[in-house]
Amino acid sequence: MKGNVFQRGKASIGFEEGPLIIGCASVAGKKEGEGPLGELFDVIEPDPMVGRETWEQAESALQKEAADLAIERAGLVRSEVRYLFAGDLLSQLIATSFGTVDLEVPVFGLYGACSTIGEALCLGAMTVEAGYADYVMAMSSSHFASAEKQFRFPLEYGNQRPFSATWTVTGCGSFILGKKGGHVRISGITPGKIVDMGLKDSMNMGACMAPAACDTICRNLKDFGREPGDYDRIITGDLGQVGRRILLDFMRNNGYSIRERHTDCGIEVFDSEAQDTHAGGSGCGCSAIVLAAYILPKLASGEWRRVLFVPTGALLSSVSFNEGQSVPGIAHGVVLEHA
Amino acid sequence: MNVKKKMTPEEYAAYVKNVTPVHSVPLNMVKAFFTGGFICAAAQAFLYILTENGVEREAAASWTTLFLIVTAVLLTGLNLFSKIVSFGGAGALVPITGFANSVAAPAIEYKKEGQVFGIGCKIFTIAGPVILYGTFTSWVLGILYCLFQWTNIYWA
Repeated sequence: MKGNVFQRGKASIGFEEGPLIIGCASVAGKKEGEGPLGELFDVIEPDPMVGRETWEQAESALQKEAADLAIERAGLVRSEVRYLFAGDLLSQLIATSFGTVDLEVPVFGLYGACSTIGEALCLGAMTVEAGYADYVMAMSSSHFASAEKQFRFPLEYGNQRPFSATWTVTGCGSFILGKKGGHVRISGITPGKIVDMGLKDSMNMGACMAPAACDTICRNLKDFGREPGDYDRIITGDLGQVGRRILLDFMRNNGYSIRERHTDCGIEVFDSEAQDTHAGGSGCGCSAIVLAAYILPKLASGEWRRVLFVPTGALLSSVSFNEGQSVPGIAHGVVLEHA
Repeated sequence: MNVKKKMTPEEYAAYVKNVTPVHSVPLNMVKAFFTGGFICAAAQAFLYILTENGVEREAAASWTTLFLIVTAVLLTGLNLFSKIVSFGGAGALVPITGFANSVAAPAIEYKKEGQVFGIGCKIFTIAGPVILYGTFTSWVLGILYCLFQWTNIYWA
């Protein structure tokens, strides 16, 4: 099959110019603010309700706040953002629908579970690179309480979480892509495919997603003809401690050692011992706020030159889970470079 | 590069089980023993106080049950119950306290969705199976008991 020069391998794209991230914002919850990255977040919301009536409205409020801050940081006004690619974890994307209505920006609502920010960045980058928009926004959010309510139990219900369980991050990360300004470029993408190893444990999502992360990272390395050493860091979304262990094993089986350069947003965002979060953080907001607050500044300063950012998602619903289906994983690869 | 072909779902599940840390069962049992023991001792003390003050034994037992339920519901509302369970596990759940918590927690969470579709429909989302199958089991046992009586088999 003959493709053009931008098509790399079976599914990757290497951009000619590569859109720049010209503004970003991270809004985090109280617990995230008390974590190891606490000082790096733009805004820490001490009130889990964010002054609203319900958890879902609170999550929407986080989105609105992050969106406006990112637009401001990029030196734009709302009307200059041509498209918005955004998503969350709630059914029918209600956090996004109600959170972005006031922006009056045409919106593509995305669901990629916790990998959503990767999907949004891929699509946003393609749109800007192709010249279909001068500025687009990519955004995703999650809220601990709204996610618990939807996927697990009511908050006050007493139960013991296994060590493999992750803690949904309360937060929202927002990114403006454009062609001028900014010091981080999206130079390529490797969209993920769904990988299902047949695992059915929704309390061990790291293990459900790790094979998908491995698949995406291996395809990225192959498609771009790179070795792990060509990246300063390979950063997955929310595999947590268990998922990281599996990813490293799987990568080794594929002939790559990434132990030294791999880290995981879910592991970075919480102090699992002190904050009792077990395997790590998770949720659409996890990789988004860590990207905005921790990864992008290091790329912008030149401390890291090239990073493979791989947000991971577990594609389950409470219905599929109760009906005995497995928990497939997905991971989208985004190559970020210092510019 | 296809990772899927290298392991069957069974092999993968076994591998995942191997690399996933689990809670220490003996430690959890010790915590549950003391948490459950403390709750039961408190209830027993309550019972003694009532009977010492002239309440009939059977009525005192009912009041004690009520005391446990109300305390569990209050602690649920104050967001303390889930912390106790996180430490004490089944020790905090097995006394009637766990059942009270499983009813109170959805009531609080779904209040926002209204009195009918919120609290009304969802209050038993966790306790529902216990109520349904508990009632059903007693019904089955009742039938069996009836049959034994008819066939003149005496027991217990």
